[in-house]
Amino acid sequence: MISAVDVLTGRYYDSVRLMQVTRDVAAVGGVDAAMVAMATDLNVRLLADAGFDIAQIGDVHADDLMIAIRGVDEAAMTAARAAVEIGLASRRPAEYESVFSAPPAHTVGSAAQTAGANLALISVPGTHAFVEAMDALDHGLHVMIFSDNVPIEHELHLKQTGQSRGLLVMGPDCGTAIVGGVGLGFANAVDPGPVAISGASGTGIQQLCCLLDAWGVGVRHALGTGSRDLSAAVGGSSTLQAIAALDADPAVELIIVVSKPPDPSVAVRVEQAVEACRKPVEIALLGEPCVTLEGAARRAVAALGKPADDLPRWVLDQTPDSPGGVLRGFFSGGTLRDEARVIAADLVGDVSIDPAAEGHRLVDYGGEQFTRGRAHPMIDPSIRLQALADAASDPATGVMLLDAVLGYGAHPDPGAEVAPLIELAAGRGIPVVVSLCGARRDPQGRDRQATALRDAGAEVYLSNAAAAHRAASLLPEPSP
Amino acid sequence: MTDLNALLDVEPVVATAGVELLAEAIRAQGARVTHTDWRPPPSGTEGALAELALEGRRAEGNAEALHRMLVTSPHLVDIVTARDVIPALADGRLLHAGPPIGWDDCSGPLRGALIGAVLYEGMADTPEEASTLAASMALSPCHHHGAVGPMAGVVSPSMPLAVVHDAAGDGVAYATLNEGLGKVLRYGAFDAEVVERLRWMEHVLAPTLRRAIRRRGPIDLQTLIAQALQMGDDGHNRNRAATSLFLRQIGAMLIDDDTPGEDRSDTYRFIDGNDHFMLNLVMAAAKLSVDAASGVAGASLVTAMARNGTEFGIRLSGTGDRWFTAPAPVVDGLFLGSYTAADANPDIGDSAITETVGLGGFAMAASPAIVGFVGGSAAGAVRRTMEMYEITLAEHPSFRIPILEDRGTPTGIDATLVVRTGVVPHINTGIAGKEPGTGMVGAGLVEAPLECFVTAVQALAATAEL
Repeated sequence: MISAVDVLTGRYYDSVRLMQVTRDVAAVGGVDAAMVAMATDLNVRLLADAGFDIAQIGDVHADDLMIAIRGVDEAAMTAARAAVEIGLASRRPAEYESVFSAPPAHTVGSAAQTAGANLALISVPGTHAFVEAMDALDHGLHVMIFSDNVPIEHELHLKQTGQSRGLLVMGPDCGTAIVGGVGLGFANAVDPGPVAISGASGTGIQQLCCLLDAWGVGVRHALGTGSRDLSAAVGGSSTLQAIAALDADPAVELIIVVSKPPDPSVAVRVEQAVEACRKPVEIALLGEPCVTLEGAARRAVAALGKPADDLPRWVLDQTPDSPGGVLRGFFSGGTLRDEARVIAADLVGDVSIDPAAEGHRLVDYGGEQFTRGRAHPMIDPSIRLQALADAASDPATGVMLLDAVLGYGAHPDPGAEVAPLIELAAGRGIPVVVSLCGARRDPQGRDRQATALRDAGAEVYLSNAAAAHRAASLLPEPSP
Repeated sequence: MTDLNALLDVEPVVATAGVELLAEAIRAQGARVTHTDWRPPPSGTEGALAELALEGRRAEGNAEALHRMLVTSPHLVDIVTARDVIPALADGRLLHAGPPIGWDDCSGPLRGALIGAVLYEGMADTPEEASTLAASMALSPCHHHGAVGPMAGVVSPSMPLAVVHDAAGDGVAYATLNEGLGKVLRYGAFDAEVVERLRWMEHVLAPTLRRAIRRRGPIDLQTLIAQALQMGDDGHNRNRAATSLFLRQIGAMLIDDDTPGEDRSDTYRFIDGNDHFMLNLVMAAAKLSVDAASGVAGASLVTAMARNGTEFGIRLSGTGDRWFTAPAPVVDGLFLGSYTAADANPDIGDSAITETVGLGGFAMAASPAIVGFVGGSAAGAVRRTMEMYEITLAEHPSFRIPILEDRGTPTGIDATLVVRTGVVPHINTGIAGKEPGTGMVGAGLVEAPLECFVTAVQALAATAEL
């Protein structure tokens, strides 16, 4: 064992730096003990406690640097001294980190303060969404809650709180909004324009945007209000707030109000609010076969004095005759499903929404029972793809109807995902109809997607109502 | 309200929490978006967090508690003897740091300090006798008596205490006087040298300082600490600037005094030789401020973080005097001499009261000289402080950080933010040897255990009026 204590004068380092150096030197192989420290009384005593011979260092002062090393051999001592030199050397600029690389905000409240956010988009699991949304309101942010599975009493509290502070609560279960030209959640790339939408329905808003886009009419705002906003419990709180605000926005020329089937008493209140508006308002409160999104969009375009030509569709040279059986529908949009169901039921009788039903059925794979603990089918299509595959090989299947939703937030190439299953069904003689919800500028390419779907063997309609009507019509008339 | 606070007129600036894809979709449109680093809170806390968000007393309660805390104006006014101001000491009780604890659960350094205090009080002649006696004595947390003590935090009847008074109210807080580094009572050492120093502090330091302070008049500690942050202190692990400023405040009074010159020069030398002298006074100032914030219904503001060497405990304003504890964590640090992590006791001391008011680990960015404790980079120090803004309610109006453009330190820990984010308070601290009698073995950084914030938030939710 070799022991040495060197004393350097005129070399001051702070104690923390020297403790770090000590730690590094002590870790060198073959080093039994090490201490690099200023020669304060305390440190000299600690040196003695560590078994170094302090007699050999003579008179020292607190301004002196002591380098004490005990190693097994000369090689260890040399390595230790090298470690001391490295430890005491200045850091090179290449080692600098950016001092101001601030850590990310953990809460929307923090982002409001650091980034000046004025709108929060919450998509955390439903059990946590309320706390985050309240945090947003507490920091003066409007909030869109994409999450579903949020308790109704929490929705009520959020909307009452927002109402009292002049803040809009979009959601829970709000899939789509466009605010100031920025699409939030699942939103299509549409041009700014004279129309504003209030919608208790994500895909209802998307369908309206896409149909208007096809006719060259842009959308200024689309305020989602959440799938339960027009329920008796919530009473249309956000819808009424949105209608009033849109009516007051001078850049809005026409308002469309869309909702899944509303509670009758709430529908009355919405209609009263609409009558009080200074601007023309089109209402599409779905639930009757005659009320369609296409119809509302057509009336809006007409009210703006623009032509509403035939909507795009991509049809086949020859669509196979249905082998008979039942209608099977696979939706990622709840409103698209609801609209299709009403239209189909008018033509073929009972249509269930239960995924286990034996007869005609149209299933929404974006519904709460399918999204608990997993991503929405517009993002992760796997559950819906499995259902499509099952139906394509089910002898009971007579016609398949599905939606394909494009836009920001949605799958980058939904056509490519479903094309093999369309081919499979078409190969077995099952007609397939696709309701394509897309705008011309959508990142996935509306026409490219449509062509790919048609080439796989499906008829493709931009209007969901038209697609539903067509699919139901393809079933053979039931024998009397 | 129909204008929706200009939602429809201004460019949206979006904060997202949850699915990152939705943030990317906004970014793809060229819009401004900040994606937060949201993580689910510990399971079992969803209900409590929701109840507190629903109740609505929390925001007002926190604002009130925070106001009470920040409006205090701690001033050092006197040095007194512990038995004269803490009645509980009269009945043979000793005070200690952290949440309540009995002798059987005491760690080595706390036992060592209790033994040392018994020896210092002359109640026993040998450490063995002292140990037997200490084991039979009633113990009580300093925090229950308006006092704080670093490390073991032991207070016995004869010890001098600094008195900190609220110039803006009627609050008062006490702290022991700092003994220096190395083998000292607060780190659990109790040999003759330790006891002798304590007696000198009682008989020379305390009366000399008392005269100087009384002649000088109240010393504004908040201003002194604020100045020290500008000079590189964090107020917890580095108090060199504050101690120097303190000596300047009382220097002339020491010179003018008519007591024996040796006492005055010894007093000066003692303070000058102890970079941590101001720590205890900073702690008393902090204690005064947080005590003012205690007991506001619904408030989730943290009013104490303290450790007894076995458990780490916190208190919330809205739950008053209740402690919420978890096992004391081990400190990640740098060691003196040849000591290693194997010699270290779990975290101990009331000194985390400094973090509770926005100093110490929260003011790390102000203290480049001690960045060695956080991995050695100045960037790491800034990051530590920046992260604490995520769990605090305010920026301190006086404690400012030059390198952050004089931004106030993150102040006022909100326990619900800790639970929601999983970001726990960073605490700068010293490390005591785990064997009684060892003393200080190092210093470093420790993270407050999330567990006690979870139980505190659940208890606060149980008080919610829904």
